[in-house]
Amino acid sequence: MSSETGVIIAGAAETDQIGRLPGQSTLELHIEGALNAVADAGLTLRDIDGIATVAAPGPVQVAHALGIMPDWIDGTGVGGTSFLLHVRHAVAAIRAGYAKTILITHGESGRSRVGAVPFRAAPTSPPGQFEAPYGTFGPTTTFTIPALRYMKDYGLTHEQLAYVAVAQRQWAAKNPRAAFRDPITVDDVLASRMVAYPFHLLECCLVTDGGGALVVTSADRAGGFPKPPVHILGTGERSETPMISQMADFTESQAFRLAGQTAFAEAGISTGDVDHLMIYDAFAHVPIYGLEALGFVKKGEAGAFIADGNTEPGGRLPLNTNGGGLSYTHTGMYGMFAIQEGVRQIRGEAAAQIGDPQISVVLGNGGMFATAGVLVLGRQPR
Amino acid sequence: MADKAVPVPTPETQPFWDGCAADELRLQRCTDCGKPYFYPRPVCPDCGSRNVEWFTASGRATLYSYVINHRPAPGFADDGPYAIAVVQLEEGPRMMTSLSGLPATPEALVLDMPLEVTFEPRGDVSLPLFKPSGSAATEANR
Ligand SMILES: [Zn+2]
Repeated sequence: MSSETGVIIAGAAETDQIGRLPGQSTLELHIEGALNAVADAGLTLRDIDGIATVAAPGPVQVAHALGIMPDWIDGTGVGGTSFLLHVRHAVAAIRAGYAKTILITHGESGRSRVGAVPFRAAPTSPPGQFEAPYGTFGPTTTFTIPALRYMKDYGLTHEQLAYVAVAQRQWAAKNPRAAFRDPITVDDVLASRMVAYPFHLLECCLVTDGGGALVVTSADRAGGFPKPPVHILGTGERSETPMISQMADFTESQAFRLAGQTAFAEAGISTGDVDHLMIYDAFAHVPIYGLEALGFVKKGEAGAFIADGNTEPGGRLPLNTNGGGLSYTHTGMYGMFAIQEGVRQIRGEAAAQIGDPQISVVLGNGGMFATAGVLVLGRQPR
Repeated sequence: MADKAVPVPTPETQPFWDGCAADELRLQRCTDCGKPYFYPRPVCPDCGSRNVEWFTASGRATLYSYVINHRPAPGFADDGPYAIAVVQLEEGPRMMTSLSGLPATPEALVLDMPLEVTFEPRGDVSLPLFKPSGSAATEANR
C-alpha cells in the first residue's frame, strides 16, 4: 500500500426503512445498516478488519455486537459530518496498511429516542456557561442564529431562503423513500409555523430514525465487487468552533471553505468538474453557505442561484437529490445519508438519477457550523 | 418543569462571573499581542501566550444577529417567544446574550442597534444581558 493506492467505497446501504422506527434501538439501526452495507459489497463480517462510528453507541459496542475484533478503530464523533471524516481516516488507514476493509456505521433513533443518549450541555462547559443560560435548545436555536446577519449583509430575502426548501422538495417528490414528497411553494413555506425567526417549520430539517453504513477498501482488492466501485478522489476535514456565538464570521463557514479546498486540491478538480452535489441541510441556509464556501457561486449569490432553479431537477447543478434533510430524512447526524446519495448517483442507482455523473461532491456539517467534512467521489479512479 | 439553565463557573471562568456579580463585564486580553478575547480561558487564542490579564470592558455593544425562538428551552415557557442574540462587543469579541427591555419582534430588534450591558440574577450567578443604549433606549421606551 502507498499514498497512490486507490481507495473505494465498495458497499453502501441504508437501513431497510427510515422514518419513524420505534421498534429499533440506536444500536439495532447500526447493526442493520452494517449488515446491509457488507452484503451490498458482496462480503461477510469476517472480511471487516476496521470499524468507525460515533459514540453512542461507539465503535467498540458496534464491533462487539457484530462479532468483530477490529485492529483499526475510529471513534471520531464531531457531529453529523463524522462519517465523512471516518471515510477520510479510512483512506489513510488503508494506504498505511493498518486495515484492509473498513466498516463505517451510522444509526440513530433521532425521533423515537430508543436507546438514545439525552443531550444537554454540562453547566460547567463553555456552552453550558455562555450559551445555554440564554435559552438555547438544540439546533433550531443555535444553527439558525447566523442567518439574519447574512440576510442583512448580502440581501438574502425570506422568499429566497424559503425557496431552498421548495427546490429540495422537487427532488424528494421523485424519491419513494423521502418522508415528504408533496410539492410545496414559497407561500407554503412562509405560512408554516415559525420555529425560530427567521426559520419556519419547512425550513428546518426532519427528525427521523434510521441508519446506514459504508464499506471502504482498496481499489485493487482481489475478487471484485457486485456494484461499480465509487472512487474516493479527495477528502477534507476542518473544525471551526464549539459554540455558534464564536463563529468568526456569521456570513461564511471557514470550516466548509477550507475542508473543500483540501478535498478539491487532492482530487485535482475545480467546481466546473462537479456533476452532482450534496450539502448537509439541517436548515435552509446551510446549502447557501455551502455553495459559496465551495466556490460554486460568489459570496451573496447562492440564494438567487437556488431561486433561479439551478439546483432543482433540470438545473445545471443538481443539489441534494434525495430531498435532503429538509424532505428526505434527518436522524440528527445526517452526513451518512448525504454520502449514500452521492454513492447512489455515481453508481447510477439513485431514485432521482441525474444521468451519468462522473464526479459527486459531498459536504458534511457537524454541530452548528462546528466541523466540516468534504468527499470527492468519482466513477473513475484519479 | 425544569428551571432555566444556570451557569456553573470553573476556576478559569470564576473572575468573569465575579465581575458580573459586581456589575462589570470582564474580558481577558493577551499582554503579548494585545488582543482581547471571550470566552474566558487562560491562553491567548491568537498567539498561544499564557500571559493574559482581565480587564473591565465598556459594556457597549451592537446587535450582531439573533433568532426569535418559539420552542422554549426548559424554564423559558412563560417567556413567550424570546430572542437569543449574539452581540458585537466594542472591544471586538462577541458573546451570546438575551435582550432586555425590547419586545421580541423583528421590528424592534434591528441589527447593529447600540446596546449596553445590564445584569440579572440567575441562580447563584449574575447573568450579563444587553439593553438598548442611548437614543435606541429612548426609541424603545416611547
Ligand atoms: Zn496573544
